[in-house]
Amino acid sequence: MAKNDIKVALIGNPNTGKTSLFNQLTGLTQKVGNYPGVTVDKKKGTCKLSATQNAVITDLPGTYSINPTSIDESIVLKTLLKKDIKESPDVILVVADVENLKRNLLLFSQIKDLEIPTVLAINMVDQMSRKGISIDLTALKEELNTEVVLISARKNKGIRNVKDAIIKCHVAAKASPMCDANYKIDPEYFDKLKAINPNFSLYELWLMVTQKNFPAAISKKEKAQLLSFNKDVSRLKKYQHKETIYRYQEINKVLKKTYIVDKSKATDLRSKFDKVFTHKIFGYLIFFAVLLLIFQSIFDWSSLPMDLIDTTFAELSDFARNNLPGGILSDLIVEGIIPGIGGVIIFIPQIAILFLFVAVLEETGYMSRVVFLMDKIMRRYGMNGKSIIPLISGTACAIPAIMATRTISSWKERLITILVVPFTTCSARLPVYAILISLIIPNTKIFGFYNLQAFTLLMLYALGFVTAILAAYILQKTLKIKSNSFFVVEMPNYKLPSIKNVALDVLEKTKAFVFGAGKIILALSVVLWFLASNGPASFKNAEENVTNNVENRQLSATELQQKIGSAKLENSYIGIMGKTIEPAIKPLGYDWKVGIAIITSFAAREVFVGTLATIYSVEAEDENTTTIKEKMRSEINPETGKQRFNFPAGMSLLVFYAFAMQCMATLAIVKRETKTWKWPLIQLFGMTGLAYVCSLIIYQILS
Amino acid sequence: MNTIASLGIGEIGYISEGALEHIPLKLLEMGCLPGAEVELIQIAPLKDPIYICVNGSHLAIRKETASQIQILKSEF
Repeated sequence: MAKNDIKVALIGNPNTGKTSLFNQLTGLTQKVGNYPGVTVDKKKGTCKLSATQNAVITDLPGTYSINPTSIDESIVLKTLLKKDIKESPDVILVVADVENLKRNLLLFSQIKDLEIPTVLAINMVDQMSRKGISIDLTALKEELNTEVVLISARKNKGIRNVKDAIIKCHVAAKASPMCDANYKIDPEYFDKLKAINPNFSLYELWLMVTQKNFPAAISKKEKAQLLSFNKDVSRLKKYQHKETIYRYQEINKVLKKTYIVDKSKATDLRSKFDKVFTHKIFGYLIFFAVLLLIFQSIFDWSSLPMDLIDTTFAELSDFARNNLPGGILSDLIVEGIIPGIGGVIIFIPQIAILFLFVAVLEETGYMSRVVFLMDKIMRRYGMNGKSIIPLISGTACAIPAIMATRTISSWKERLITILVVPFTTCSARLPVYAILISLIIPNTKIFGFYNLQAFTLLMLYALGFVTAILAAYILQKTLKIKSNSFFVVEMPNYKLPSIKNVALDVLEKTKAFVFGAGKIILALSVVLWFLASNGPASFKNAEENVTNNVENRQLSATELQQKIGSAKLENSYIGIMGKTIEPAIKPLGYDWKVGIAIITSFAAREVFVGTLATIYSVEAEDENTTTIKEKMRSEINPETGKQRFNFPAGMSLLVFYAFAMQCMATLAIVKRETKTWKWPLIQLFGMTGLAYVCSLIIYQILS
Repeated sequence: MNTIASLGIGEIGYISEGALEHIPLKLLEMGCLPGAEVELIQIAPLKDPIYICVNGSHLAIRKETASQIQILKSEF
């Protein structure tokens, strides 16, 4: 960022097209970072205002007011109160929706009272004639004492004017309060407050009192003085209410002179769509159909790119093996890093497709209707209508799903959602399910048409959802957390999704996954590779022992190599770990080989398949499922003399993978979001404990 | 006593002046002001939450909240 760049903060109500404007202004210069200390994503981008002037634009989370009710919203307050740090904005750009101008001006009036130069951009003006709205722009500018521009962000209209207004506003640097509501309520009381520190505007001091949020420039003594105002809670509450009423009165005065709505000219599509989408039968049917469409598409559209990624990385590994000089560094690259990166990239198609659907559903306004339909059901289980979005996202990956819980304002409902999301069947479980199902479930049809294997997979999905809901119910009854369950959701107008917004959203979330979770998956892959390719003395002798074994003299060179690889893994550190846990997992029907695969699954569950391939010494090149399946099928349990992966053991493993908490990346994200190790540890031991007990029962009953 | 929760679908009421202290700040900020016209648009299939339009804002709120906000029912 250059020194003379104007720092602009973009603020507005949700559903006002704030994101569209941000995308128009910044395009692909956007970068996502984190606010220090909190986990909310901070989106920044640069914008060329004129030939000589650039602006750095920060997109703040959408909010209806500066008084926060969720973590997302608290960022707005924190950013605006910190006048002292260099991050603080020079100009604030408030985006408002032309149809809801009155409500949008409430936030504007609060921001104006902070005495920071402010530009008001009224968006979606292309809808004005359809809604019967007319605005007297000159009068509005005068009344609000600020730059006002009419735009249509989606149609890329008026953007030039926004840029000019930012420059004008920055140069003029005038920042008068809009209504100074507080003085009108109780002049004496607020005079005392203002006297504490005249460097801050009255409204800022008032926010410090009501929100207990203090910038660094406030001294200890001043802080104590401010806190003394906080003692009379009922008075604070009363004054906050009065302030809001007063603001609306002022806004009404302004709008009376400048804003006319002729309702007879308005056409309303919303109520027609709502009749269908929130209908007591059709509403649920449509939602169910949308879910089916999403899942079907995730499978159909992702299989080709996933196969492509799989083969590409296998070839890349081979290429590297053949072209790099031998040695430990090459091994690290060929066996650790390349497959590790491949293991991250392979998830991208499914995750991106899911994000695509979620983005479209949110853009169109349909998601709010789903929240409305589901709230009562979810509340019964200690969650919130908004929990439905994380639960759907969880079927791709728990990590973005956990991040999507941030809009839930009740901490208890949010925490329960975070804790149960990993039960939903994520895409990393699929390869494990696929191979186990094909081993133990016959490929026959039930009811004459439905494939039994597909039916089993469907049941596993259902198992994940049902367990998540039941776990939520238990948590609701046992968690002793007092938190205010307040729920209000805006039902926005239905809109066609903007391709640009959807594309940028999918890109951003996918990037966040790759660089967030991907790092952990990659790091763990490298650690596991090290543990699998090193070991004590017996590991070093493995090759010799196999070669010298009389039985192995008849084997071909390749077969011998496979035997050596298998023996090495058995004697490596990870092999030793597998053998150590064998007594514990024996009652579930697993041996140390499965134990190794369970340990390596901590990188990502799908590593299970690759690990078994190595253990059963399947040659790297023909590592396709048929060969692994054959090897697994012919694996004999020496104690029973029967197949290792028979029906009881297979079912037990399926249940284990459905319930157990095996994903390090998820645990790390839960730690980040809850700010303590307590909850991820509860997940790790609670879920894995449940998996152990259930698998034990199933294996013991079935065998 | 009439509250927002006692409205039927399509019915209109006016938030009474005495309701102010029972309106959560956030709802107030979203336009749910004393004197404002409230229309009940839809009730969720399981009777809760409800979907209202007030001061141009289309909002879904829970019955629990709605039943705290007194209204005067309109004549028609």
